[in-house]
Amino acid sequence: MFRFIIRRLLQLVPTLFGLSVLLFVWLRRLPGGPETALLGERATPERVAQIRAMLGLDQPIHVQYARFMRQLLKLDFGNSIQTGRPVTQEFLERFPATIELTVVAMVIAVGVGIPLGFLAARRHGRWLDVGTVAASLIGICIPVFFLAYLLKYVFALQFHLLPTQGRLSAGLQRTDITGFYVLDGIMTREWDVVADSLMHLMLPGLALSSIPLAIIVRMTRASVLEVLGEDYVRTAEAKGLTEPVVRRRHILRNALLPVVTTVGLLTGGLLSGAVLTESVFALNGVGSFVKDAIFYKDYPGLMGFILIFAITYVLVNLAVDISYSFIDPRVRVR
Amino acid sequence: MRASRLRAVLAVSAAAALAVGLAGCAESQRGDQTQASDRTLIFGTAGEPKVLDPAFATDGESFRIARQVYETLLTHEEGGTKIVGGLAETWESSPDGKAWTFHLRKNVKFHDGTDFNAEAVCFNFDRWYNWSGPLQNPAVSGYWQDTFGGFAKNESPDLPPSKYKSCTAKDTYTAVIEFNEVSSTLPGAFTLTAFSISSPKALKENNADQVTISGENVTYPEYALTKGVGTGPFKIVKWDRTNKETVLERNDDYWGDKAKVKTLIFKTISDNTARRQALENGEIHGYDLVAPADVPKLQSAGFNVPTREAFNVLYLGIGHDNPILAKPEVRQAIAHAVNRESLVKSKLPPGAEVATQFMPPNMDGWSPDVKKYEYDPEKAKQLLKSAGAEGATLKFYYPTEVSRPYMPDPKAIFESIKADLEAVGLKIETVAQVWADYLDTVDQATPDLWLLGWTGDYNEGYNFIGTFFGAPKPSDFQFSNPQLYEALKKVDQEPDRDKRIEMYKEINKQIMEFLPGLPISHSPPSIAFAKNVTGVKPSPLTAEVFNHAEFTS
Repeated sequence: MFRFIIRRLLQLVPTLFGLSVLLFVWLRRLPGGPETALLGERATPERVAQIRAMLGLDQPIHVQYARFMRQLLKLDFGNSIQTGRPVTQEFLERFPATIELTVVAMVIAVGVGIPLGFLAARRHGRWLDVGTVAASLIGICIPVFFLAYLLKYVFALQFHLLPTQGRLSAGLQRTDITGFYVLDGIMTREWDVVADSLMHLMLPGLALSSIPLAIIVRMTRASVLEVLGEDYVRTAEAKGLTEPVVRRRHILRNALLPVVTTVGLLTGGLLSGAVLTESVFALNGVGSFVKDAIFYKDYPGLMGFILIFAITYVLVNLAVDISYSFIDPRVRVR
Repeated sequence: MRASRLRAVLAVSAAAALAVGLAGCAESQRGDQTQASDRTLIFGTAGEPKVLDPAFATDGESFRIARQVYETLLTHEEGGTKIVGGLAETWESSPDGKAWTFHLRKNVKFHDGTDFNAEAVCFNFDRWYNWSGPLQNPAVSGYWQDTFGGFAKNESPDLPPSKYKSCTAKDTYTAVIEFNEVSSTLPGAFTLTAFSISSPKALKENNADQVTISGENVTYPEYALTKGVGTGPFKIVKWDRTNKETVLERNDDYWGDKAKVKTLIFKTISDNTARRQALENGEIHGYDLVAPADVPKLQSAGFNVPTREAFNVLYLGIGHDNPILAKPEVRQAIAHAVNRESLVKSKLPPGAEVATQFMPPNMDGWSPDVKKYEYDPEKAKQLLKSAGAEGATLKFYYPTEVSRPYMPDPKAIFESIKADLEAVGLKIETVAQVWADYLDTVDQATPDLWLLGWTGDYNEGYNFIGTFFGAPKPSDFQFSNPQLYEALKKVDQEPDRDKRIEMYKEINKQIMEFLPGLPISHSPPSIAFAKNVTGVKPSPLTAEVFNHAEFTS
């Protein structure tokens, strides 16, 4: 097991190296650069040249890359061109927002998706099953931003139940400890902050959960259906075990294996920041930063965030693989 | 878990969520019963500021915040374009235009309690003049270089000699600023927010100039990212980056009209629709850069959408390096082919008007007597025929993923003009590019036709036509017109502002005869407020200060 983990972590190195070279070259080959985004209409050819010189963008590409790698080895991703602050600082400040959003979305997706998928499979062929399949199809097909606007329109603008944007109502006093508003509010007993921040997470969480929810419902349903056909389920029922026991000990335990993998992968995917959801709901997460970074040609910002996403994704995958070996005794990690 | 237990759990958690939600609602509604003068005004913006120190800023959002906290020697009148006294009550210039004397307002204090006086003014100007090292880079000191050129000790051969010479505090409240040469940027430059007066004590104590550049990284000092000590009606409380909010509070010792609200918060919501919805839902009390399509919607819903006067221009750029376009008849044909009236009425917000020249009517130096090019497609076709350019193909570029105050919807404007040009027989090759790439492309003179514009920095004609045509061979237009170049050079060196105004009128006539490009429109960016917020006079320079804003209910 230990060797397995080490091997997987070592595989990170060439992956990141290759990724960084690709990104580096691609980004800088794009026409236009950060200087035009910075200067706008005030850009004169002389001014542009001066800024490029300052940012070292007039050097040959391998020189720029060498400088970037030297900094990276010191774990320094450089400063964001948009904000002038270290990329790592920008990431750490924005990560909590994305995590909170991801957690809410996955709680909804798993909390509703697994029971619903199970029930649909149990009542296979009946209207619940058919309805669930149809609804999940819609869930996957609806564009997230459309759903986001729809939710905003109904819950916020029509019925004034929930806010339309942000993580917290403007001007609300809060104490920052971890950056996770809900957690900080609980720790400092600022219950109004907890309530306010949860309210702000409802709509974006709901919008973001639509796709994972649909996927988890379908996966659970399919997996449960497969398990239901197995001999051991029939045996368990024939033995006279009650429904909850059958469900827990035999059906779910086996059916959830593929679902666990999927949940892990989905979470990893969501962590790279739901760009559209964060934009529509004005949440200051890593996704909205990347969107702005693309516009501004913020090379250090983009490089840093994308490399961090890659590392996160690889680690999440690794965690999923390891957990699989614990859940399923048939799987041995070599 | 049994099905019934599952249902019970779901019911309980739903109830809990609802309870939490209602609790939150109750909390936020309690705030509205506070006294009007203790209220918080929340204003939505499209982007975050870059720095809080205006000396390093070049973007509108940084300036928006700086304008509440800092003040300049001169300013534009509230809601207008006339240059009036700011921190200086009166001022005069020497006949040769090289020495400017400012009689400063008395009994003004900085937010840290220190006195505002001539010494403070000179400290600020000399601070900028003596910048060295990374501070001399145009990304850091853009406005100084644009306006005054170089520094005390230029460290790069690319930097021109400095136009600024010195600042002397003749007595406590009289500052004399001297220049090496005359420039049309004066007195307008003294209104630029980049030249706001900061507290010398705060600048010194906080190492305000500690900008470092290592490789690609520009690092601003902490002072520029967290604090700011000026003389304005608001003080900086904090810049909350994770929440994208900048929080200001009323300066109770302000020398002028004290703010009517206690707290002013600028909240960034980049998505246009999300910003509008936040206003509709009462989460913000106003916002800037309203999309033209949203203006009638907000108005009919009862929101205050005052019209700003436009202080910008949108033009159709024409590349003279294409021999067809170098012919004046072809450019005139283009001018007659475009139906600008109809474009302004249908694609631009209320308050927009057709541009007859390359500066807006509220600019001193605008001339009513320039040559006008009426919409006349028949005449256009004739002109094209006589120039042998019938059916010519032109590359027409426009920007995407951007909305500028003078060009809210580039695609719609582009489509309209393209249709007009095709109607007179011209063939148009379309190229759309994202904004950042687009600007590069235009600078390299790649397009035959392009759309671009300018928002004025201050009330001085050269700020428009000098920026467009002030080079011997402008890099985008690629024409060489020695007469025009000389005329612009002359007006830039004329110390008497009234004389300059007359000269601008003549130059505008000259420009519209030559017709280097086609001015299209002046379009006011819209600002919107909640129904119960009044007091803010919209400024053509988008330079609103919020001390008069108040809640009526």
